[in-house]
Amino acid sequence: MAAFSNLTDKINHIFSKLKNRGALTELEIKQAMREIRVALLEADVNFTVAKDFINQVTELAIGEEILKSLTPGQQVIKIVNEQLIKLLGSTQSKLGVSSKLPTIIMMCGLQGAGKTTMCGKLAVYLQKQGKRVLLCADDIYRPAAIKQLEIVAGKAKAGFFEMGQSNPCKIASSAVAYAEKNGYDTVIIDTAGRLHINEELMEELKAIKRTVNVYETLLVVDAMTGQDAVNVAKAFDEALDITGVIMTKLDGDTRGGATLSIKAVTGKPIKFVGTGEKTEDLEPFHPDRMASRILGMGDVLTLIEKAQVAIDEEQALQMAKKLKESTFDLNDFLQQFEQVAKMGDINDIVGMIPGASRLKLGDKKVDEAQIKRNKAIIQSMTKEERANPKILNYSRRKRIASGCGLQVQDVNRLIKQFEQTRDMMKKVSKTKRLPF
Amino acid sequence: MGFFKKIIDGLKKTKQQIGFKLNELFKRGIFDEDFYDELEFILLSSDVGEETTVDIIDQLRERMRTDRVSDPNKAYGYLRDVLSDILGDEKMNPSYPCVIMVAGVNGVGKTTTIGKLANIFVKQGKSVVIAAADTFRAAASEQLEVWANRAKVRIIMHEEGSDPAAVVFDAISSAKSKGTDVVLVDTAGRLHNKKNLMEELKKINRVIDREYPNADRKNLIVLDATTGQNAIAQVDIFNEAIDIDGIVLTKLDGTAKGGVVLAIKHDMDIPVYYVGVGEGIDDLMEFDAASYVEGII
Repeated sequence: MAAFSNLTDKINHIFSKLKNRGALTELEIKQAMREIRVALLEADVNFTVAKDFINQVTELAIGEEILKSLTPGQQVIKIVNEQLIKLLGSTQSKLGVSSKLPTIIMMCGLQGAGKTTMCGKLAVYLQKQGKRVLLCADDIYRPAAIKQLEIVAGKAKAGFFEMGQSNPCKIASSAVAYAEKNGYDTVIIDTAGRLHINEELMEELKAIKRTVNVYETLLVVDAMTGQDAVNVAKAFDEALDITGVIMTKLDGDTRGGATLSIKAVTGKPIKFVGTGEKTEDLEPFHPDRMASRILGMGDVLTLIEKAQVAIDEEQALQMAKKLKESTFDLNDFLQQFEQVAKMGDINDIVGMIPGASRLKLGDKKVDEAQIKRNKAIIQSMTKEERANPKILNYSRRKRIASGCGLQVQDVNRLIKQFEQTRDMMKKVSKTKRLPF
Repeated sequence: MGFFKKIIDGLKKTKQQIGFKLNELFKRGIFDEDFYDELEFILLSSDVGEETTVDIIDQLRERMRTDRVSDPNKAYGYLRDVLSDILGDEKMNPSYPCVIMVAGVNGVGKTTTIGKLANIFVKQGKSVVIAAADTFRAAASEQLEVWANRAKVRIIMHEEGSDPAAVVFDAISSAKSKGTDVVLVDTAGRLHNKKNLMEELKKINRVIDREYPNADRKNLIVLDATTGQNAIAQVDIFNEAIDIDGIVLTKLDGTAKGGVVLAIKHDMDIPVYYVGVGEGIDDLMEFDAASYVEGII
């Protein structure tokens, strides 16, 4: 962590120095720029890219414009930030659709970048747009890679195609034929992770690309990558003429300077960012956010995010306490529903409690409409009823049902669900210590 | 293929890039500000990081000044010494029985490393059992099972989504009853800023301590050589959670230098024990500072 707070401090220091001056000399700008260059390097921006960037910004900053302005320091900051955003490109989180279906997407990258996980995320994303997606297991090298993709496909509710360890080109073309026959309009090919300097394996990717009509070639890159990002991106782009880049593991605390390096050397758009391990954890790329992250100026944004996490933790702590004291009531239940959207479903939350994973909560998978209905039911109760569900007799239930426009059975179902959850969680909190 | 050849081969691409430039730099025999500036950028570009780079250069400057060096070869040797001194030369050297837990962020090569480590111990005539405690990632256990078969060692697996601490518990019980020398614990990849997952890791660590108090303990963190400065934060936070003994630096067969290990040793005094240089079962070797430095510069 030291390195990062260091970076933030440094940038702030540079900026405060700049802010404190009325007018800047060329020398002072150069001085500041040198420090910004070091800061970019600490964020893992490639040093050649950083150098070029600094030269470019210096040129802009040493213009008349800046010297004539009232707050030159602020203008320098603005130029740095603007140039960074400009370099990072625009929000282009779109995947093309081939005129000849199926649209074929090929994923490539180094080992451990997160290709297989990303396949599932893209499948979910595309299916939400009404696409029918087939995942093709074309990593024939890594042990259990096929099995992993199969599980990922199952979770994403996408189609799955494999042919064991046969020839990767043959697998790809068979998958396309299978897609055509079975009405899939999109095929995502998961390839094996490989080093960009492994000529044989790079040839294999080229061969797949020649065999099937790949429409999107996406390079998946770990956001924590250091200086080597340029070599990797350049090699993959030169071999395969990639159409876009996906940065993964941005839910970590990395500055992600590799993003800038990759954009600079390939010129290809960053299409998405991966922000977690769940199939929904896929976000569009926002150059402005990335710029402030790289510069370490995203403090305000990060702080908000951190506060969010802290609140959740606090709430979870309270919930655990309530469970222990058996005062878990419908207010808490309502709160839980409200948290569900944020934290993933109840199964996941309970799954984090040791010893709870084996207790089946399976049939209580909640969908959004159901959450809405349940919230409406609880919100139609009086304060007293929420705090003390025992008093909910038939006439109260009837009133609640008409209050939220649902049937008494719906109210009954919710109360039963509440009781089950409470009992189950009580059991858990008694048998094992909660991890909070 | 001997150890030195293999590790040097692994770093060959690195050497071609960095070493070439460094050579040119030293050959000029002029050790002025331009020289140090250029050297600074070369070290930074191998992910050494700013603070450590500055310190390396200061140390070199100091030695060059006191000895009034003008011979390029001697200067080159000095740089090599400075880097080797930082890295040190520590081996893992466990006593038996021992439990070795392998942790790290996602995708660094933990499972593969476990397979290779198992192979190393088997070759030393030790008996090994693997605990497949990554119960989170899809098919992680199956992947590890393949490695266990390759190394011909036992593996304890539970189903996906089960409690990792329970897997470790079972593996330890099995090791105790069979008198197994080494328990290798694979854990799920986790980003160090995920509090819940780090708590889970602490719990596994506690279970090992509690269930097998007389076993030697080694906690390893696996770092991907392509990772940049974030590796420092990774080691820092994992170390805080479970006391890291040493590092396994993987994927050194690419063009990445993994120079961040210099920063980590420099800042936190955590040594590198092993390096991964390929996907074969024999592609893990004990770290050797001299040949690593040789490979880089």
